[in-house]
Amino acid sequence: MYFDSFQALLTMNGHGIYVWPAYLVTIVVITALLIAPMRRRSRVLRQLAGELKRAQSASDSGAKGER
Amino acid sequence: MWTFFHKLGSPPWLYAIAGVVLRWLLPITLIALVGGMIWGVLFTAPDFRQGNSYRIIYVHVPAAVVALAGYYVMAIAGAVSLIWRIKMADVVMKAAAPVGAALAFIALFTGAVWGKPTWGTWWVWDARITSMLILLFLYLGVIALYEAFDNKEAAGKACAVLSLVGMVNIPIIYKSVDWWYSLHQPASIKFTGESTIDPSMLYPLLLMIAAFYALFTCCLLMNMRAELLQRESRTQWVKKIAAKEGKR
Repeated sequence: MYFDSFQALLTMNGHGIYVWPAYLVTIVVITALLIAPMRRRSRVLRQLAGELKRAQSASDSGAKGER
Repeated sequence: MWTFFHKLGSPPWLYAIAGVVLRWLLPITLIALVGGMIWGVLFTAPDFRQGNSYRIIYVHVPAAVVALAGYYVMAIAGAVSLIWRIKMADVVMKAAAPVGAALAFIALFTGAVWGKPTWGTWWVWDARITSMLILLFLYLGVIALYEAFDNKEAAGKACAVLSLVGMVNIPIIYKSVDWWYSLHQPASIKFTGESTIDPSMLYPLLLMIAAFYALFTCCLLMNMRAELLQRESRTQWVKKIAAKEGKR
């Protein structure tokens, strides 16, 4: 490791206040980029599963043999 | 060969193959990103002129490079959907826009933060920076334009035209540091001739560039999968997936 202490890593000779926010924002944006499509996909699937279930129970409670 | 292209147009096949690719590529991407960041921040020596602030290079340059590459993906997909009316190309175009916008934003933000200790200012209306800002607006424009139309077919066409017109910005970004006198330094990595960057800094940077390309690919595929499910929600193959996975 280049830095001698945790303190040195944090401050980076005065450049820490620039380097760390740059990395933090990058990580936050990347995380959001990865999570957004996962959530959208599971939302669509949940919604569809709900619709299918309702359609299923409607046809079950209705006339038998009609499908 | 032709069957491959034929299959590319098939939503269930594309959905499935994207899932297989993601199962491998996503973990590799995350490992490369984390590893590259740790390598760049902890295990490289500081730049002799810029000191430690140069460590921002490991997120700034990859984000900028891939934001540009992503624009090619979006514009080419737009052209394909305009010319051959391939619906999957429209899906690719729409999936690429938010990823490119996020990467352009990262490049601009980290650039501003890097500019403060290096140039003494957060922002200058420099050719490179301004053309990069235009790139971000082009991405945002495509996203907004798509949402503005109720008719999604017309939306796709309008976005394809916008992204193709925006292509003129790409060579401007590439050449801006050579054409105009600029604060922004020219490229350190060259395909022809000697790179002006030390190998100990070059290798983690190359790893990060590769990781950002992989990240773009992952996000593109994930966006495409979500988009495909939504567009094809009335079809049998999507209903089958929903019945299996939607309960959780």
